[in-house]
Amino acid sequence: MTGEEAGNGRDDMLIDGCEPEPPQENAVPDGFNADYLKVYYGKLFPHDDMFRWMSYGNDGKHPGCDQSYFGRREFSFTLDNDIYLRFQSFNSASDMEKSINEKCPFKIDIGPVYNVDPAKRHAYAQAGDNGFTPVERELVFDVDITDYDDVRYCCSGADVCLDCWPLMTVAIKVIDSGLRDDFGFNHILWVYSGRRGVHCWVCDGKARRLNNEQRAAIADYFRVYKGNENSQKKVTLTGHALHPFLARSYSEVLQKFFEGKLLCSQKLFSHEERFEKILEMIPDETATSELRGKWQESRRTSISKEDINIARWGTLKKTLHLRSKKVLGLGRCVEEIVFSYAYPRLDMEVSKHMNHLLKAPFCIHPKTGRVCVPIDPDCCEEFDPTTVPTLAKLLGELNMGVMRSDGNDEWDKTSLGKSVRYFRSYFLQPLLKSCKLEPLWCSNETAYNVLVLFSCALHSSIEEMDGVKGPAFCVFDTLMVGQERWD
Amino acid sequence: MEIVRSQRRTPAAADVALTLPLYRSAPELQIRLEDFELFAVDRLRVLKGISDGLSRGKKPDEVETLVRDLWKSNMSQPQASEVINKDIISHFVLRLVYCRTEELRKWFLSMETTLFRYRFRLKSSEVQRALMAEFDLPYKAVSNAEFENVKEKLGQVADSIGPKKKSMPNADTIFYKVPFEEVPELVAGRRVFLLKGYAYVAMNQVSSLVVTRFRSHLSKALVLTNRKWTSTIREREADRLTPIVESLSTSYLGPDYSQPREFAEISLKDIDQVAKSSFPLCMRHLFEKLREDHHLKHGGRMQFGLFLKGVGLKLDDALAFWKAEFSRKIGAERFDKEYAYGIRHNYGKEGKRTDYTPYSCQKIISSTPGVGDHHGCPFRHFSEENLRAALGKMGVGNRPMEDVMDKVRNRHYQLACTLTFEAVHGSSCDAGINHPNQYFIDSQKILQKVIPFIIFQDPWSNFPHGDYGKIGQMLTMSSSSIYFDMDLTLCRIIPHCRGAVRQGKGVFSEMTSRVLVIFAVAMLDPTCVQAGRL
Repeated sequence: MTGEEAGNGRDDMLIDGCEPEPPQENAVPDGFNADYLKVYYGKLFPHDDMFRWMSYGNDGKHPGCDQSYFGRREFSFTLDNDIYLRFQSFNSASDMEKSINEKCPFKIDIGPVYNVDPAKRHAYAQAGDNGFTPVERELVFDVDITDYDDVRYCCSGADVCLDCWPLMTVAIKVIDSGLRDDFGFNHILWVYSGRRGVHCWVCDGKARRLNNEQRAAIADYFRVYKGNENSQKKVTLTGHALHPFLARSYSEVLQKFFEGKLLCSQKLFSHEERFEKILEMIPDETATSELRGKWQESRRTSISKEDINIARWGTLKKTLHLRSKKVLGLGRCVEEIVFSYAYPRLDMEVSKHMNHLLKAPFCIHPKTGRVCVPIDPDCCEEFDPTTVPTLAKLLGELNMGVMRSDGNDEWDKTSLGKSVRYFRSYFLQPLLKSCKLEPLWCSNETAYNVLVLFSCALHSSIEEMDGVKGPAFCVFDTLMVGQERWD
Repeated sequence: MEIVRSQRRTPAAADVALTLPLYRSAPELQIRLEDFELFAVDRLRVLKGISDGLSRGKKPDEVETLVRDLWKSNMSQPQASEVINKDIISHFVLRLVYCRTEELRKWFLSMETTLFRYRFRLKSSEVQRALMAEFDLPYKAVSNAEFENVKEKLGQVADSIGPKKKSMPNADTIFYKVPFEEVPELVAGRRVFLLKGYAYVAMNQVSSLVVTRFRSHLSKALVLTNRKWTSTIREREADRLTPIVESLSTSYLGPDYSQPREFAEISLKDIDQVAKSSFPLCMRHLFEKLREDHHLKHGGRMQFGLFLKGVGLKLDDALAFWKAEFSRKIGAERFDKEYAYGIRHNYGKEGKRTDYTPYSCQKIISSTPGVGDHHGCPFRHFSEENLRAALGKMGVGNRPMEDVMDKVRNRHYQLACTLTFEAVHGSSCDAGINHPNQYFIDSQKILQKVIPFIIFQDPWSNFPHGDYGKIGQMLTMSSSSIYFDMDLTLCRIIPHCRGAVRQGKGVFSEMTSRVLVIFAVAMLDPTCVQAGRL
């Protein structure tokens, strides 16, 4: 964008009749443009950390490193004029940094690691179906607040406010605990998508090597909400008990959130239209008409000091509890309502396939100008999307910082510092440490067990051997039959 | 690698292999060329039967019965030893047939895996255990101490999937602790307890483990076979096996509809009219929503866009079509930036440059439309109320509507669609609906079968000329199944009527179709026949 256009921006403001604020020292006018972005990529974007992340320990000097690893990763750039460059790949950190600085992409997406350099894919495409194929990719999740439009009344579409954002917080908590406790993953990065949702990157070696079927299985494990535009009931829970994962999500997160927050913040029972939506989910005419009667009555004679939403929810629970003794299929109804309103709604397709692209952390969202910063799942309640640093704010801080002192890491002087530090110490360092533990000649976690097994055998420690026997034998198998077990 | 395994094979396992082979190595057998094809066709019948059953949403125990029956009726041989040979030979022939493209491999892999799963389930537990040994599954049963720790959770899982009474696991129940990746289908259905990356698999779920192994083995084998096929076999067998192999894959799976055929090309101005007359419900719905909202989410764009491609909408027209709608909501510029790529991509002009094939019913039925999505199969994904409204809009009458809803309740979605087709076209559809593009083509065939209506043809020359107008009246009044031009020069006949004619009067079996039309006219008004006027 040129200076001329920036000038136009100022003209607009005058036309709107609002006098521009007296410029603070070094303040940068709000906005998003290529000039700002160039400075951001040049001075603030953590190129090096991104490179080290995407290398997964393969950038070291040790002989076992797979030097081609980073170069086989697909990046995709969306440029200023919406030109879309897919299959970008880089041989080194400086190569990547140079390209980003030169092309100044409005959006950077990260794709899978392929079997060959994506830039040379055409040469391999002729070699049959498997000439060019993805071999590794983080397990990713995408939760988008627009998918909750039927249960939030404060905003719609891409808008987000502090009343509906907690739905995202709940999504993070539920999915994060499932990934760690149930699936045993450790290296998980949550990222604010810049406007209306969150992304999740699961980076354990085991997660990166999952095939599509296994990815789909995990996504399905998390999938409770099955609504589409043309069906009525969105959540159906059957069986005599909830699966332990759902039971835990319900008792530890959803129930508290629904009753303590969502009920009142979204005023779920305050209007007829809203409570009708909930009554629709109750498959028992007697109960619904009883409740409807009470609530229409009480509207006229409301005297209670208690919040109307909480009171009505209490009545609903009581009524259903009584009725469930007489009517079959009502037992799960309260839970179904809570799950419908509060349980995470995943964009399934993103998680199911290895070759789905996902926006890189630390990009700037062109519409909001906000940085896609990591979110710490342990304190995700504190995350406030409305205070996430914007491009303009960072540049302003940068201007101030330049006068104050100089150092290597420019971002440290800005409000981006906190995010980069979190990324490094809570995500990147533990991740790289675990990568080092993976044997170099075969980056597979079961292979690690073989080493343990060997060393156990040396020390004749039978007990320890028992622990690793299973997976390790798999690896023996693998060694014996060559590459048969690899996908 | 096969040698290493067979050396370790125990005698018991070898016996097992006789009843349910794992197809690890190709048989060293001489086989006659016609058996080569015959066996393959028989096995294909089994796989196709399974595929149909699955797309009708059959429950596991129904599929089990289905598999048993299909296997018995198609794969039996007089001699026991021949049975196993036929099993193995047919499998390896079909590997050749179905290794050649990603789409074929996917179908074959999924059907063979299902077949294996149910055959495995039908075996006794000794045989099952022997097969597990055959696969060298390294899992050990969960120890008592560990079991006590997770007992409560295991009970919870059992309760969440089964009836309450018998499901409480006790210390006698054997559980295996396996990495979750090994049992994706149990994970997907939340039918196992997961802890720190391990799934606790009950003995009665063990088929899932074996099946996963079977599947991954076959998946790799198919890729290898494909390599061999393209590098050597195809050339070498150009005169002998190649023609058989190439015809086998299309004869049963049906065409993929990626290239519009017979009624090639529709133009933009025809879309509305054609949509009304010949689009299946799923596509009509997407079309209506697109017109209404001027937008469709990704799943809808894929399902509808590829369908239109199969119908014969050229790339330029497709771009114009989508643009006309989308730009009303988001503006032409944003359409060009954000959506045009995807459309060119579908036509193989971007990215991988694959010419994508339109979705089949099976794929559409098994899709999972989410919030804001309109794609999927209406018979499966609509609520009853919405479905009834949509069918009513299509012109399905009360009685056929109940038949359709009955099929839907029994999860025969494709049958429901077939009945809808018949109700709308007033004509039978014996092949059933397997693909939205097939629906379209069949519909067009019926509508375009324009037959000259020549009244002077024998044996009805005595049909008085003066009654032309009356016939016309009769036709327009009586049924949707015959489209009649009032000037009596053209008439469209529907196969259904032809059948009726045959039933009514065997004498006329050799009639030419145009004569049949005239007779069909009479059939519409039985009094006419009874009166002996014809």
